[in-house]
Amino acid sequence: MHSVVLTKGVPDFREGQVSFDEDGHLERGATPTVMNPNDEFALQAALQTKVKQGGRVSVMSMGPPGYENVLEEAMSVYADDLYLLSDREMAAADTWSTSITLSAGIEKIGETEEHSASAVTESGEPDIIFAGFKTADGETGQTGPQTSWCLDRPIVTHVIALEVDEDEEKLRAKRLVEGDVDEIETVEAPLPAFVVTDPEFEPSYRRAEHRLKHKRFKAETDERVENYEAHLTTWSAEELDLDPDFIGLDGSPTIVSGVDPIPKAPSEREATMVDPDDAEGMDEVLETMRPLAGGD
Amino acid sequence: MTDDYEHYEAVVVGAGPGGAAAAAALARNDVETLVLERGVEAGSKNVTGGLIYAEESAPYTIDGLFPDFREEATERPVTDYYLHNVAGDKVKTFDITDLHEHDTDWSDAVLRRKMDSWLAERVHELTSETGGGLLTEVRVNGLLREDGEITGVTCDELDPIRADVVIAADGVNSELARDAGLMDWEEPDEWFQGVKAVVDVPEDVIAERFDVGDDEGAAHLFSGDLFEDVRGGGFLYTNEDSLSIGTVFHLDSIVEEQAEPQELLNNLLTHPLMADWLEGHYDEVEYSAKLVPDSKKAAHPSPHQGRLMLIGDAAGQMQAQGPIIKGMNHAVSAGALAGEAFAEAKLRDAPERAGDLYERKLQEEGVMGKLRPTGYRIASALGEHDPVTSLTDKVLTSSVGRLGVRMTGGLLEKLYSSPTLSQVVPDTRTPYVTLPTVIAEELGERISGEADYEPKDLATRIGDLTYDTDVGNPHIELRDNSMEASGNAVFACPVSAQDFGGGCYRAEEVKTNGSEEKRVSLDTQPCVECGTCAVVADTEWEHPRGGKGVEFKEG
Repeated sequence: MHSVVLTKGVPDFREGQVSFDEDGHLERGATPTVMNPNDEFALQAALQTKVKQGGRVSVMSMGPPGYENVLEEAMSVYADDLYLLSDREMAAADTWSTSITLSAGIEKIGETEEHSASAVTESGEPDIIFAGFKTADGETGQTGPQTSWCLDRPIVTHVIALEVDEDEEKLRAKRLVEGDVDEIETVEAPLPAFVVTDPEFEPSYRRAEHRLKHKRFKAETDERVENYEAHLTTWSAEELDLDPDFIGLDGSPTIVSGVDPIPKAPSEREATMVDPDDAEGMDEVLETMRPLAGGD
Repeated sequence: MTDDYEHYEAVVVGAGPGGAAAAAALARNDVETLVLERGVEAGSKNVTGGLIYAEESAPYTIDGLFPDFREEATERPVTDYYLHNVAGDKVKTFDITDLHEHDTDWSDAVLRRKMDSWLAERVHELTSETGGGLLTEVRVNGLLREDGEITGVTCDELDPIRADVVIAADGVNSELARDAGLMDWEEPDEWFQGVKAVVDVPEDVIAERFDVGDDEGAAHLFSGDLFEDVRGGGFLYTNEDSLSIGTVFHLDSIVEEQAEPQELLNNLLTHPLMADWLEGHYDEVEYSAKLVPDSKKAAHPSPHQGRLMLIGDAAGQMQAQGPIIKGMNHAVSAGALAGEAFAEAKLRDAPERAGDLYERKLQEEGVMGKLRPTGYRIASALGEHDPVTSLTDKVLTSSVGRLGVRMTGGLLEKLYSSPTLSQVVPDTRTPYVTLPTVIAEELGERISGEADYEPKDLATRIGDLTYDTDVGNPHIELRDNSMEASGNAVFACPVSAQDFGGGCYRAEEVKTNGSEEKRVSLDTQPCVECGTCAVVADTEWEHPRGGKGVEFKEG
C-alpha cells in the first residue's frame, strides 16, 4: 500500500508560542510554524496501514521552502519520504488552488516511476490519501475533500478506526456520524480512496507482530529524520506542469472582504472573597449556593 | 478465528533481570522469542533494595550474559559492608564484609529503572534476531489453555498468543503462577515486605560521609530496637549520587504488631546514625514498596507445569541469607537455566520435557540448595517454636546472657559473618530484635546525631509518585470488606495508614439499620502494586493494564 499524508504548516497556537499584536492580529514572524496538530492522526493511520499491509508512507505539503521543518516534524511521527510543492506562483493560495496543486503533486507521484509505489491503482497513483481533520489556522476543512474531488476518489471523513483489505481492494472504516462520538457507522470504500481522520482516531495493534513492526518503523524514522533532507523531493509549479492562472493567488476564487476582531472574553469575573472563619459570610455563601445544590 | 492466533516458540513474560536472562539464553540458542513487559518501560514497575550479586558458584551471572552490564547499568560496587546493632542511641557496629564477600564475585547497588531499561534494549536486539522482540505496555493476564493444556498466554492489549514455552518472569505477584495454581498469596509468614526511600545526595557528599572513592560503595544494615518489636531490619546502599534507604520486615510480624511500614522507615531515617549521614541532604525523591518472597518457605520446588516455567520472584526464588538478601542473581540463574532447558529439550525434539529439565538444572547447579537450604529446615524445626524463642530471649536478656554477650563480643562478629550459620538463623525475634538490642546495650557506643529534617509524610510521598490511573477500571477489588477479613491492610499497606484518608485502604464507620459498623474501603489510585493486600486482606488482585498504574523513575 502506498499512502500519502497531506499536511500543512500552521502557527503554533500553544500558549507561550503564539504572539498577537495589540489589535489581536497574529504576529506570523514571531510565531513558530509547526505541523498542523490534527495531521498526526492521519500519519498514525498511514503508519498503521504500512504496519499491517506493508508499503510506503509519503508526506506531502504545499508551502514556502521554510516548510521543510514541518515535513521534518511529520517524519518524526512517521514517513518514508517527503514531498514539498513549493513555488512563488503557489503563494497566497486559497483552499481551491491548494487542492489543485496538491492533486497535481499526487498525480505526478503516480506518473513518475521512481516515486510510484502503488499496490492497486492502474495510474500508479498512491492507494490511499490521508488528511487530518481541518487545520488549526483556517479551520475550513475544505482542502481534503476538494483534493479528493480533483482526484475523483471516494472520500471517507471523521474516521476513527481503519482496516484495509488489499486483496479485496477496499477499506473498511468506522466513522463518527455528524462528528458525534455517540453515533458511529462502519463504511466501506473501494481503493484508491481518500481518508480524513478524526482527532478521535486510534490505531489498533492487537498482534505482537504488528507492535514489533511498529516499534521497528518508529526506530527507523527516528534515524531517518536526522537526515530528512535526503528524503525530500521538492517540485515547482513548472515541474508539476501547472498553469499559473489556476494556482496561487490568481487561482483563488475566495475573496476575504474583511476581518473582524474576535471580541475578548471578559478577563475578570465578579468575585467576593469570604474568610472561612467568617460565619455570617459563610452563611451568605451557602444561601447563594442553595438553589444550585439540586444536583443537576 | 482461533486459527489466526499468533505463534512464537517462546514467550517470556516480564522484562526484569530474570526475564532478560531467559530471553538472552533463548535467543542465543536461536529460539524465536517474544518478551512482553507491562510497564511503559522495563524497570518502571520494578523495585529492589537493592544489591545485585554475581556469585562465584552460580551457573550464570548477569554480566556474563550481558557484557558491559556493570559499566552501563549499575551504581556503585559494595566494597564495605556493616551491620549496626541498635539500642536507642547506642550502636555496636560489626564489619560483615567477609560474609558479604563469601562466594561473591562482585556485588553492585542498582536502581531498577536504569538497570532494567538498559537490559531491555539488549534483549530487544537479541530477540529481534530470532524473529521476536520485546514489547512494553502489554500486560499478560493469564494462560491460554486449549483442551486443558497450557498453550500460550492471553493479554489485555493483544489477541491470545500460542507458544511452545511460556516463561513467567512476571514478578512476585505473578498472575501466571497463580493462574497455574503453583503459587498463592495465602500465608503472611512466607513473605517479607520491603519499603524504600531513594534520597538524592551529591556524589562528593557520599564520598566524604561514607568514606568511599569513585569506584567504591558501602552497604549498611540495621537491626535492634529501632523498629519496635517488628522482625526485620533496615538497609542503606550507596548509589552514584543517591542513597537507597529502606526496611524489610516479615509480613506476619507487621500484621501481628499492627505496624505502619512507612513509620518504621521513618524511625530508620531519623536515627542518630542516619542523621549524621543525611544532615543537610535529606532530599527524598521516591518512595516505593515491594513484597519479597522468603524462598526458604515460598520457593516452589518444582516451578513448572506443562509448557509453563516460573523464574525469579514469580517462583519465590528470593533468598534471605541471614541479613543479606539475594534475589536478582537467582532470577538470572533460573532464567538462563529455563531458557537453556527449553533449547536443549527442543534440540532433542522433546520440548515437553523442558520443565523437568529446568527443575533438574536448578538442583544440579545448586540454585535450589541455596533457596531452600537443608540446614534451615532442620534448624527451623527446633528454633521457631514459641517456647524455644522465649527461652532463648530470656537467657539472652538475663544477666548471664548479657555477660556472655560482653565476653564473646568479638566472637559474635565472627558468628554473624558465618555463611553457614546465616543460612540457618531461625525467623524469630531473637536474631532480629533481642540479640542486636542486647549487643548494642552491652557493647555499643552512644551516637549523638540529631535529624535536622522531618521525613516526608505519606501524602507527600504518594503525591511525588507518577501514576497513569486507569480511571473506572480498578485492578484490585475487595471481596470482603469486614475488618476481620481485610482490616490488616489499613496499616500493612505501605501507602495506607490508620487516620490517613488519602491511601488505598481506610477503615470507615458505616451505619446500617441503626447500628454502626467498621468497614474497610479501597481506592486503588495510590497503589504501588506491591501485593501486600493480596496476602493480608481478602481481595481479587490483578495488575493494572499495560502502561497503567504507578511508574517508578528510580525503582
